[in-house]
Amino acid sequence: MTKQNIIELKDIFVSFGEEKVLDGLNLAIRDKEFITLLGPSGCGKTTTLRIIAGFLDADSGEVVFEDKTINGVPSYKRQVNTIFQRYALFPHLNVYENVAFGLRVKKLKEDEIKEIVTEMLHLVNLDGFEKRSISTLSGGQQQRVAIARAIANKPKVLLLDEPLAALDLKLRKDMQKELRRIQRQLGITFVFVTHDQEEALTMSDRVVVMNKGKIQQIGTPQDIYNEPENAFVADFIGESNILDGIMRDDFVAEFSGHVFDCLDKGFDKNENVDVVVRPEDVDIVPADKGMLKGTVTSVDFLGVHYEIIVDIGGFKWMIQTTDECFVGDNVGLYIEPDAIHIMKKSEYSGLYGDYSTYSEEMEHLSDIEPEDDDE
Amino acid sequence: MNKKSFGSRIVAAPYIVWAAIFIIVPLVIMVYFAFTDSNGAFTLTNFAQIGRFKKAFGLSIVYAVIATVITLLLAYPMAYCMTKMKVSSQRMIMLLIMLPMWMNFLIRTYSWISILANTGLINKFLGLLGIKPLQLINTPGAVILGMVYDFIPYMILPIYTAMSKIDNSLLEAASDLGSNSWARIKRVIMPLTVPGVISGITMVFVPSVSTFYISQKLGGNKTLLIGDAIEYLFNTGPQYYNVASTLSLILMVLILLCTLIMNRFGDDEEVVV
Repeated sequence: MTKQNIIELKDIFVSFGEEKVLDGLNLAIRDKEFITLLGPSGCGKTTTLRIIAGFLDADSGEVVFEDKTINGVPSYKRQVNTIFQRYALFPHLNVYENVAFGLRVKKLKEDEIKEIVTEMLHLVNLDGFEKRSISTLSGGQQQRVAIARAIANKPKVLLLDEPLAALDLKLRKDMQKELRRIQRQLGITFVFVTHDQEEALTMSDRVVVMNKGKIQQIGTPQDIYNEPENAFVADFIGESNILDGIMRDDFVAEFSGHVFDCLDKGFDKNENVDVVVRPEDVDIVPADKGMLKGTVTSVDFLGVHYEIIVDIGGFKWMIQTTDECFVGDNVGLYIEPDAIHIMKKSEYSGLYGDYSTYSEEMEHLSDIEPEDDDE
Repeated sequence: MNKKSFGSRIVAAPYIVWAAIFIIVPLVIMVYFAFTDSNGAFTLTNFAQIGRFKKAFGLSIVYAVIATVITLLLAYPMAYCMTKMKVSSQRMIMLLIMLPMWMNFLIRTYSWISILANTGLINKFLGLLGIKPLQLINTPGAVILGMVYDFIPYMILPIYTAMSKIDNSLLEAASDLGSNSWARIKRVIMPLTVPGVISGITMVFVPSVSTFYISQKLGGNKTLLIGDAIEYLFNTGPQYYNVASTLSLILMVLILLCTLIMNRFGDDEEVVV
């Protein structure tokens, strides 16, 4: 992958009335990468996309495309194309004409248009759909037409605004793979917006986690998952037990009344920190062999594993295990040093508690947010 | 076909009765008169007299077409500008467009007389500037002006409705695909507002082609439109009811044909493009 930046956003501020939507955003997008903007509804991810597309002007800041500032350049002159949340296909045109739209605007010759449209429809597996009217297509097919229409213009950057949000789970999985394939095949930059962390992790080269108009963390999916920078990222990406802890020394952390070996260093002696332990990294052992001891308060069978909640000194841990447990069992927890991740305290510390209640935690997965475009 | 429930028949009954008394019965009476003589015997002689009204028919159609075209040319940009305004301004303009419709249309037509008359507002103003009075009233122009003025709301409203229904993301998509504002109008807004334009044209053309009042008040006696002819015949006496009914029938059929052609055109538009 080339490391050259194709788009740079510098110090972008946007407010709608009183509300700060983007608060000093800095982001460099590399050429030919698949980058995902991930965050909850209202975090500014769609706004960021609209600024790149040219539908929205930032209050201040600079948008750079291939080393040229493009603030104020209207969207129809930008070499980016967008796939809209609800596809925005032209209802008065058939599939062929929808895909040909941008080519006709460019006044290409008829045989050139035909060649490109046929190629694009083949790329998205819609051969033979040329004459179909948009209203007769299923959601997944409309999605494919939207993709074909956008890439027919050979953009340098493709912007995708929650394109899969309206599809059902199975179709969404297929389209994720499909989009990834198309991106590799065409070798163009994809900027993908989603609120679905799983989608972000599976598809992206890099993930940008956003909240409240600010970037929380940028990194590969592995970085984001294994080395979250603060409690917000740890909580938003996957499941996590986030505990208050104290760094006793390099590689030594104390939390839940026990001193653990860990792999983190570079903190002050006795610095207060947030500790993240992923549910799947905890082993259930007999109570007398555990580093921590507690009582099982709930057990859910999820097929691949059990999801159990263990109460340890009042803090409810979530643990994913393939060992069957029963409510009321006394169990021990065993945690390997590499399962522990230490984070500096941040504005999000203490906001995400334990698993005593299922808070919004699970909702990120299920809510499809079509209202995101008016954030 | 599923059977209508008893309840829905009951609910529909008043409308069916209404339609029968005020639409079907008058139509039957009209057709009856059109095909009978003054003694009530079947005849086709009424149709033989149509030739005398060729000019009135022709003039009516020409005037109505001109008025409809002018109305469309004025209303379309107007509706477009409205959709670009703030919502509060859109409501205000809408109110202003509707406001004249709260007044009787005869009165509105009358008020044009006092504006266009030889000693009317415009000529008085021109007089102040030292310009000779112009012949404004009793001209074809005045008749067309009256039609445009009276019927333009019926053109603006359906076009405006069709335009404001266009999802903004379609315009963004068009822009994203390289269309400047003119290309957006041509390739997205115009095709998507065809149904609005069709109903606007129908709603302006139909009353324009059959109007009689406007031409009498603003056109003087110089322009005899088919509506005037029918009115004149009915007012002259019962012996002319039959010919007048025949003219009405033919006018109706003409309007029906025009409407069918328009709708046909509208359907084609959506498929072909």
